[in-house]
Amino acid sequence: MERKLMKGNEALAEAAIRAGCKCFFGYPITPQTEISAYLAKNFAKAGGLFLQAESEIAAINMVLGASSTGTRVMTSSSSPGISLKSEGISYIAGSDLPAVIINVQRGGPGLGGIQPSQADYWQATKALGHGDFQLLVYAPASVQEMVDMVVKAFDKADEYRMPAMILADGFLGQMMEPIEFPEIKAEQVEKPWAANGHGGKRAHNIINSLYLKPEQLEKNVFERYERYEKIKATEADAEMYLTEDAEITLVAYGATARVVKSAVNMAREQGIKAGLVRPKTLWPFPVKQINEAAKSAEKFLVVEMSMGQMIDDVKLAINCSKPVEFMGRTGGMIMKPVEVLEEIKKIGGKK
Amino acid sequence: MTNEIILAGFGGQGILFAGKALAYGGLIAEKEVSWLPSYGPEMRGGTCNCSVCISDEPIGSPLVNDPNLLIVMNTPSFEKFIGTAKKGAKVFVDSTMVDVTTDRKDIDCYYVPATQLATDNGLSGMANIILLGKLIKETGILDLETVEKAMSKCIPPKKANLLDANMKAVKIGMNYKD
Repeated sequence: MERKLMKGNEALAEAAIRAGCKCFFGYPITPQTEISAYLAKNFAKAGGLFLQAESEIAAINMVLGASSTGTRVMTSSSSPGISLKSEGISYIAGSDLPAVIINVQRGGPGLGGIQPSQADYWQATKALGHGDFQLLVYAPASVQEMVDMVVKAFDKADEYRMPAMILADGFLGQMMEPIEFPEIKAEQVEKPWAANGHGGKRAHNIINSLYLKPEQLEKNVFERYERYEKIKATEADAEMYLTEDAEITLVAYGATARVVKSAVNMAREQGIKAGLVRPKTLWPFPVKQINEAAKSAEKFLVVEMSMGQMIDDVKLAINCSKPVEFMGRTGGMIMKPVEVLEEIKKIGGKK
Repeated sequence: MTNEIILAGFGGQGILFAGKALAYGGLIAEKEVSWLPSYGPEMRGGTCNCSVCISDEPIGSPLVNDPNLLIVMNTPSFEKFIGTAKKGAKVFVDSTMVDVTTDRKDIDCYYVPATQLATDNGLSGMANIILLGKLIKETGILDLETVEKAMSKCIPPKKANLLDANMKAVKIGMNYKD
């Protein structure tokens, strides 16, 4: 198949169409607006509905409504817009509805800036809204993965009846790289729970997140967490790069992982045994893979475009059994490979 | 071998287009490529730049910090990027637009009056492509046939009639001797 050059945002939008997404509700914000723009232009031709809502809050509640009918639905925003959507995301999770939510992160807090960032890690993996719940969180590191992961996010969201997020950043949204669209079979998932009209032939389905009886609410949450346990056991994924004999193991995701990989290559050329674990899922976090790397690692170095958020999960994964150092830039700045190399040397990368 | 390229100038000079044409050329030549634009407020009327990587290896960071190839089309960009060029870098300057030169002896600077050449040849707005032609001539990273294929990929179908003019601009750049 011919490789095409496409922007991350546009490639993701095209992949969503091919994955059988039928509705998109969104509100423009840099650096993800190309997703909306691409769908505004191309979605109707493919039988989809594009709607620019009056706000992020309206958009996420439209997602809830569309998903209730069993329709594959997506919304997209960047950091401040995701904060606005958080109430609706909690309702979607509380109603056990599938949906795909894209966050092309920019610098924060507040309106912050428009350059790439990874400072929404905690929000995505720990607390995207109130209540006991999780989202599936995928972290692409290339334009090709923007394509592959959005397809997977739709399938897994349907399978587990829960929202899935693509946690990208401004680099991945804006950059162009060669991509191939895989043969996508839009899975026809049975959705017997959908509120989609039945002509009185069955008892009606109710989509709801309100349970005033605490016994009932606890039962629902318990049931959801049983699903989460199954997901933790089967869905965690990471790329392991030169970790088998690595003495210093770096952990980085998304665009940062690309910089780190260059630094690891430079370290190896200088005889330093460095390796990289690149989480591809942030929830569930690849605990097993981190522990695999910990067998040879004397130290971990977590690199993020934030003040240090994923580092908590790395420490928890290995139960603080090894020193875990941190290096970060924030506010839209990204580290250079040579700066990461310097840090590897500083924390004791032996020759 | 990795070519790390920065193209910089004013918004409207075709910086992003020239970068895209280079990246597509790399793709057609079966290299690994990336293209990353500046997307900040500077692209709305101020300076604008993009990073292009063309490599035999998978590309790490798509953001170029120290280019080995540099195209600059205005004075602010020249001042911003000339110091970042790697030792041995080749720098292509639109000398109609840039009224300064560099003292650096460790890089090769090619001063091409690209905007003037474009105007003289009835190719107004194609100074970017003239500089691209000069870059291709001096580096050999792409052959002419590949450049033509890349151009036809990058020019939108509605403007397909501009392919010949663009290729004329490439050749003017290739044949320019300073």
